[in-house]
Amino acid sequence: MASEIKAAVYDPLIDNNPITLQVLGVCSALAVTTNMMAALIMSIALTTVTAFSGAIISSIRNHIPSSIRIIVQMTIIASLVIIVDQLLKAYAYEASKQLSVFVGLIITNCIVLGRAEAYAMKNPPGMSFLDGIGNGLGYSLILMAVAFFRELLGTGKLFGHVIIPVANEGGWYIPNGLMLLPPSAFFVIGLLIWLIRSIKKEQVEPADYQIHQVHRTEVL
Amino acid sequence: MTENTKKLGFIGKILSLPNDNPTKTIIVAALLCLVCSILVSTSAVIFKPLQLANKEADIKKNILAVTGLLSEEADVNTLFKQFEVKIVDLETGTYSDIDHAAYDQYKAAGDPDTSIALTAEQDIASIGRRAKLAKVYLLQEGGKTSQVVLPIHGYGLWSTLYGFISFEGDFNTIGGLQFYAHAETPGLGGEVDNPKWRKLWQGKKAFNDQGELKIEVVRGFVDFKVAGAEHQVDGLSGATLTSVGVSNLVKYWLGDHGFGPYLKNMNEAER
Repeated sequence: MASEIKAAVYDPLIDNNPITLQVLGVCSALAVTTNMMAALIMSIALTTVTAFSGAIISSIRNHIPSSIRIIVQMTIIASLVIIVDQLLKAYAYEASKQLSVFVGLIITNCIVLGRAEAYAMKNPPGMSFLDGIGNGLGYSLILMAVAFFRELLGTGKLFGHVIIPVANEGGWYIPNGLMLLPPSAFFVIGLLIWLIRSIKKEQVEPADYQIHQVHRTEVL
Repeated sequence: MTENTKKLGFIGKILSLPNDNPTKTIIVAALLCLVCSILVSTSAVIFKPLQLANKEADIKKNILAVTGLLSEEADVNTLFKQFEVKIVDLETGTYSDIDHAAYDQYKAAGDPDTSIALTAEQDIASIGRRAKLAKVYLLQEGGKTSQVVLPIHGYGLWSTLYGFISFEGDFNTIGGLQFYAHAETPGLGGEVDNPKWRKLWQGKKAFNDQGELKIEVVRGFVDFKVAGAEHQVDGLSGATLTSVGVSNLVKYWLGDHGFGPYLKNMNEAER
């Protein structure tokens, strides 16, 4: 039992990470990683929603008619997201203004629905909750890592505090403007996937097809 | 069997039905919707006061920012007390003595009694209706108005932009422009929030010496060698439609159907 709990929480961090292995939830990873504060709030919001939606869906899983199960899952997820959005607007107004539509878009985040459908529908509430926490943390880890590089290299700051003084404020560092644009998140995520798969070779997928070597004789 | 179902009661009966049963499907769906809607509406009601307070503080902060008074150390509410809030009748350009605390200009714009409909010709900012009264914020220094902040709004490319424009004591020199709510494309139209671009508005003259409204956002860069550069602001590159929208909404709100009469009155009173 203890090892199961451990697996539910720790596995999604690196070994079965929702972003780097399953490549889900990339949209928000591009949008909210320009600074670490926004990424942190987004991470907390998504982890909360994944954990609670998992627990709720799991606790009624035996009574969800299979014909409407996706709609039931979406309704629960959407309600939780609205509540989180309301909470943020009340207690973290600046952050919610910055995240704007992306909090609402947690509803469509593949990770949340993916965990509901793949795990919560088959496992008890407690474990589903932990699975949600684990996957939320796996998402958060990558989000924070991407935001770290983007904010540091794009503005010379971390959490809004100056780390490297930038040139137009009298420092020596000329910030890389590309880092503030969405494509840079693709580069950072790509490099992270490369790094993780270089260390953990078992994550490397077998090639879908083999490039056929064409011999001169065949062409002729 | 019959006894067994009786013991379970109504809910038990429903629960013991197979999941694919149409009755159960409908009941589960209805119950779920009921519970979820109660949760969502409860949270909306509970957090509303806090959210409104946040919004109000945010608006105060923007008014302070557009006049350059915002500082990290001082409290927003204390700083905001320096301002005198007044209600302006836009038609005549004179002050109205209605209670300003209870007046919401954007709410009033939706009510036919407190607003006027704009004709397509007048409505260059695409706002449809305009409230008859508007809230302005005055900063007094030594018995004279040193700054005045006017609320403006209008359509950009994707969204209505809400913001403030401030004038210096002559009611002609622009002190600043700031939007607090919009949904323009980040990085393109969203650059209306860029401090560098907002700074371009500082010191521009809205009216020429003959009192004609001349302010506009031009495409590309302002040519300072040409006469009239003091009325022009650089357009945002890659955001022509947002720039045009901002230009139009500023023109509308400073024009005859916006604050034009008020600004003229005040300008004459200052002379």
